[in-house]
Amino acid sequence: MLLVNKGQFTDWLNQLIQVYQVYAPVKEDDYFCFKKINSGDQVTLNYTNSKVPPKEVLFPRSEKLFCYRYENGGVQLTEQIDESKKIIVGLRPCDAKSFLLLDGVFNSDKYHDPYYLTRRNNTVLVGLGCNQPAATCFCTSLGGGPFATEGLDLLLVDIGDRYVVEVLTDRGRELLSGLELPAADQEAQEAARRVKEGAALSTQVNLEGLKSKLDVIFYDPIWDLIHEKCLGCAACTYTCPTCHCFDIVDEAEGNEGCRIRNWDACMFPLFTLHGSGHNPRPTGKERFRQRVMHKFKYFVDNFNAIACVGCGRCIINCPVNLDIREVLAEIQGSEVRSDKQ
Amino acid sequence: MKNPYLPLPMRLVKNFVETEDKLIHTFTLEFLNEEDEKLFQYLPGQFAEVSVFGVGEAPFGIASSPTEPGHLKFSVAKVGVVTTTLHQLPEGTVLGVRGPLGNNYPIEEFKGKNLVVIGGGFAFTTLRSLITYILHPDHRGDYGELTVIYGARNPGLLLYKDELAEWEKRPDINLVCTIDRPVEGWNGRVGFVPTVTKEVAPSAENAYAVICGPPVMIKFTMPVLEELGFAPEQIIMSLENRMKCGIGMCGRCNVGNKYVCKDGPIFTRAQLNQLPNEY
Ligand SMILES: Cc1cc2nc3c(=O)[nH]c(=O)nc-3n(C[C@H](O)[C@H](O)[C@H](O)COP(=O)(O)OP(=O)(O)OC[C@H]3O[C@@H](n4cnc5c(N)ncnc54)[C@H](O)[C@@H]3O)c2cc1C
Ligand code: SF4
Ligand code: SF4
Ligand code: FES
Repeated sequence: MLLVNKGQFTDWLNQLIQVYQVYAPVKEDDYFCFKKINSGDQVTLNYTNSKVPPKEVLFPRSEKLFCYRYENGGVQLTEQIDESKKIIVGLRPCDAKSFLLLDGVFNSDKYHDPYYLTRRNNTVLVGLGCNQPAATCFCTSLGGGPFATEGLDLLLVDIGDRYVVEVLTDRGRELLSGLELPAADQEAQEAARRVKEGAALSTQVNLEGLKSKLDVIFYDPIWDLIHEKCLGCAACTYTCPTCHCFDIVDEAEGNEGCRIRNWDACMFPLFTLHGSGHNPRPTGKERFRQRVMHKFKYFVDNFNAIACVGCGRCIINCPVNLDIREVLAEIQGSEVRSDKQ
Repeated sequence: MKNPYLPLPMRLVKNFVETEDKLIHTFTLEFLNEEDEKLFQYLPGQFAEVSVFGVGEAPFGIASSPTEPGHLKFSVAKVGVVTTTLHQLPEGTVLGVRGPLGNNYPIEEFKGKNLVVIGGGFAFTTLRSLITYILHPDHRGDYGELTVIYGARNPGLLLYKDELAEWEKRPDINLVCTIDRPVEGWNGRVGFVPTVTKEVAPSAENAYAVICGPPVMIKFTMPVLEELGFAPEQIIMSLENRMKCGIGMCGRCNVGNKYVCKDGPIFTRAQLNQLPNEY
């Protein structure tokens, strides 16, 4: 464990900016989001969490896959792969964990997504522990925690005027190589311990036995009620760090143009609409069920992990207060019937 | 890292109006680069994403067979943006093709077995690939009897009419074409696919049934196959969920925990019985 004071930390960011694209939480109106910074003073690290997760650094809301140009009777394609070196500073442990889940999707046994994976391999993750988790956080129920280190290269623990730096990987160590940081003394270590102890989460979600319930719940009438409030706005999926659905579209001008991918969401009716007009998920019920089942059953079947890190964004951003913790509790509390249709 | 989103350039060499109502065209495409053809090793049942640059891409079953080198064939119904544009394209246009994607019909397991191929409407595309593959002199000996039941609303809507006529003449395929209602000049059968399947009554012994068609046809043919003794493991189907990436990443085409693009599109009835009915 090392020690850095906050002034020195800002200087360090300014040095890193010379070599890396540095993304960090920046205040915008009344929320925070991860932005590429030009100076260390732009960063605000005493924040709860960002509105949109830092996944957008590795998997942007909209990105070019390639550009094409018709010429000499053929077509020229140019890949648009972003190879720049990046650092994400100040991301929360839950969001770091989400990258481990996205890795499984974008790096499958058969196909590798070069856009995500190139960025992922070139990005160092400097996490920031959560001294004051929000009322909507439930990461500990999902195996994480306010100071969990999984997926991070460095973890910062804020002890007032200084950060205790936990070095977790060689990549993290290299990032610090220009700085001659002192080891955290006993007093600092003690302060870090107190901060960690004080960071209590107010909610727990009981996930015991959930999977075996979900295995047989597909046709249960419970879904008729659970989705009722949902407007299908997709704020929950748009701001979820583990959601990875996208659409692919072309934009053209004359004989050239680009193929672009944009975030998309299973909460939208057009998402699954067939060309014939048939829709396998015709109403909000099927779409809400898909969202829950994907995260808590299908992803578990395929990757042996729940695709939720307990960040609480879907709870904060839902306009009708549909709370995933309550949905899970309702499922847990119900007598699941499994009458197949 | 191989980029699975980059299409291979292909030239549209033929834009053929396949059906009388003009809603289905068959497109023949040739690789612009010879090396690409070697990279594109496919088997019957697989699909590809066809790009009209500037308009978009859409998935289509590959209607040609790997035994027909030099080109790919797709038969496409006009339903939306990409398909309508395709229909209007002049021959010579350069398109893109990504694939082959998805799994193929279990042609290894079919070896030594009798095959009953049942198709309806324009969902005959990958069935054509399968039949052409099996009828090839290099392969025909590996398979038992081949029965094909193919229905359309009227004779004008049958795909691949020239080939149907050739198959008709061959002794090593039992082709039964049927139309919904009698039409002057039609000498074949009249009746819906489920009824005709019942009449033809192919034996389930040592056999597989492969069935592709509109949902109603599938729904009413299933009980007939069951009656004939086809177990769910012996019935092969192909799904067509809406797709974008075709490689299991965009999250669009799942049925339960399976992605149709990556784990399918070919499933046995037994596998589908284990999945929710979201297709
Ligand atoms: C594995 C597989 C194999 C297939 N094989 C074949 C084949 O061999 N032959 C074949 O013809 N087809 C095949 N299909 C179906 C084919 O992929 C679709 O018909 C095709 O993708 C339609 O593309 P499009 O751009 O023309 O339609 P789109 O423009 O995408 O639209 C299709 C329909 O979606 C709806 N829609 C889409 N966007 C909107 C919007 N913004 N607002 C309102 N409505 C909207 C409309 O109802 C429209 O009619 C296959 C599909 C799969 C998955
Ligand atoms: S489902 Fe909700 S709580 Fe879970 S990771 Fe996504 S946004 Fe966060
Ligand atoms: S944010 Fe709330 S209302 Fe909007 S789609 Fe999600 S659950 Fe439904
Ligand atoms: S088409 Fe993208 S996941 Fe299947």
